[in-house]
Amino acid sequence: MQLYLPIAEVSVNIFLLLGIGGLVGLLSGLFGVGGGFLITPLLFLIGIPPPVAVATGANQVVASSISGVLAHVRRRTVDFVMGSVLLAGGLAGSAAGVWAFNRLQDIGQIDLVVQLSYVVFLGVIGLLMFQESLRAMLRARRAPGRTERRQHLWVHRLPFKAKFRTSGLYISVIPPLLVGASVGVLAAIMGVGGGFIMVPAMIYLLGMPTKVVVGTSLFQIVFVTGFTTVMHAVTNYSVDILLALILILGGVVGAQIGTRIGARLRAEQLRILLAIVVLSVCGKLLLDLVIEPDELYSIGYRSSRG
Amino acid sequence: MRAAFPLALAALLALLAGPAAPAERIVAGLSQTRVSITANFDGSEILVFGAARREAPPPEGPPLEVIVTVTGPAAPVNVRKKSRVFGIWINTESVEIDAAPRFYAIAATAPLFDILSHTEDLRYRISIPMGIRSVGAPPEVADAVQFSEALIRLRRASGHYRVEAGVVALAEETLFQTSFELPANLTEGLYTIRIFLTRGRQVVDHHTTILDVRKVGLERFVYTLAHERPLAYGLLALALAVFAGWAASAVFRFIRA
Repeated sequence: MQLYLPIAEVSVNIFLLLGIGGLVGLLSGLFGVGGGFLITPLLFLIGIPPPVAVATGANQVVASSISGVLAHVRRRTVDFVMGSVLLAGGLAGSAAGVWAFNRLQDIGQIDLVVQLSYVVFLGVIGLLMFQESLRAMLRARRAPGRTERRQHLWVHRLPFKAKFRTSGLYISVIPPLLVGASVGVLAAIMGVGGGFIMVPAMIYLLGMPTKVVVGTSLFQIVFVTGFTTVMHAVTNYSVDILLALILILGGVVGAQIGTRIGARLRAEQLRILLAIVVLSVCGKLLLDLVIEPDELYSIGYRSSRG
Repeated sequence: MRAAFPLALAALLALLAGPAAPAERIVAGLSQTRVSITANFDGSEILVFGAARREAPPPEGPPLEVIVTVTGPAAPVNVRKKSRVFGIWINTESVEIDAAPRFYAIAATAPLFDILSHTEDLRYRISIPMGIRSVGAPPEVADAVQFSEALIRLRRASGHYRVEAGVVALAEETLFQTSFELPANLTEGLYTIRIFLTRGRQVVDHHTTILDVRKVGLERFVYTLAHERPLAYGLLALALAVFAGWAASAVFRFIRA
């Protein structure tokens, strides 16, 4: 069954869209990631114009993150103070990102920047994850006990310190602001939630305890992607509600199935699987950049308010 | 079967043709004057039919030929060219084309330049390159012509530009008809349909009608809201996403409980 999308102005098969939503939902249920980093490139592949794919991807991330946040709020594993500082940075980053997105679109380099960002981030994260989970699997076979000591990080010497009670931290607000801002930029340019960057940054850079990290990052992601959606809608008119609804519908069902399957697999196996998925998406995008295209010319469109 | 009625109508019109017309004139109609883009729109077929009206028997010499064109709304486009920089392929050159139709189809009784002279093509702007207006390329781009050729090549590959010879049926040098497939990813606007009669590669008469392509219903509502009340639209998109996320978690918690 074909469906004409009013904003993307293309006609696509509704089951294909449900399938993409379902697949991404499955992965997000399985691995606990937002899935924005997969949905945007998949939408490119089926011919949705990049601006619409990015803006609508951000909208889909709002829906897929909100149920996670609600679960974490109930479990009291959200640091609202830290979340608000990250959010303040994130909103500024998102505004800057949407502006940069429009400039890049006008000079015709948006595809390149989006693709390069994906290649770099997916490549780095995928490799780190692969290495980390391999090590964890090896460690699990050897002796289990290991000691962990809270290190005194360089971030603890910066000014403007604040108390983050839920996280048990007393640190400067500058690093969380910067982390939030860079994630905001990514949300606007890549249409992703940015959890895959923020979670490692919160653990290794800010030294937050692992149990509040996921809830707090989801809290920030909901607001930043929500803000990004509205910004894209206002400046680019590029959010397609119909497209978003179908992706969300598929994603919701997929996520529940993914959670069930995920409960039966071991954590290290899951991480290796996710690393392989991330690295293969990265590899595909890299090949597209490196191999000489059949057609050197392409038709570009200007942003509505160029 | 669909063709029988318009053909009969056209024949009737041709018979009723008044005696005052000095040469061959076009009488034409469309199977529909509106195309509505609904949510399940997946293309449409437009039938163009008509007749050459004349008071005398057809003149001696070269036979009558028919060309029908459909032109979609024009918009400026940027054509970009990739080249290799540090091992990766990136857009390096671009040419802005002032106006290129989003859709352009030509149907004719024979290959276009067998039945149309280049002078007449210049005058009436019939062939595809004539439909594209490109005023000035930036001076640093050496081969600007290649960019408009690339535009035509890309749009022909995507089915938005078409030239088809031999698809206009012409009976007794009088009745003609052809049909156009409009693609599923159609943009809205006014589509111009032009019909040309030629003899000996010279245009004898031409005729223009308008086809109105509009989004309707939900499509219209969403599109208008997104462009005229973007803030309200963005907030609506957000509210739907929040509600969907909340509802999903509530429903599945209920199922599990």
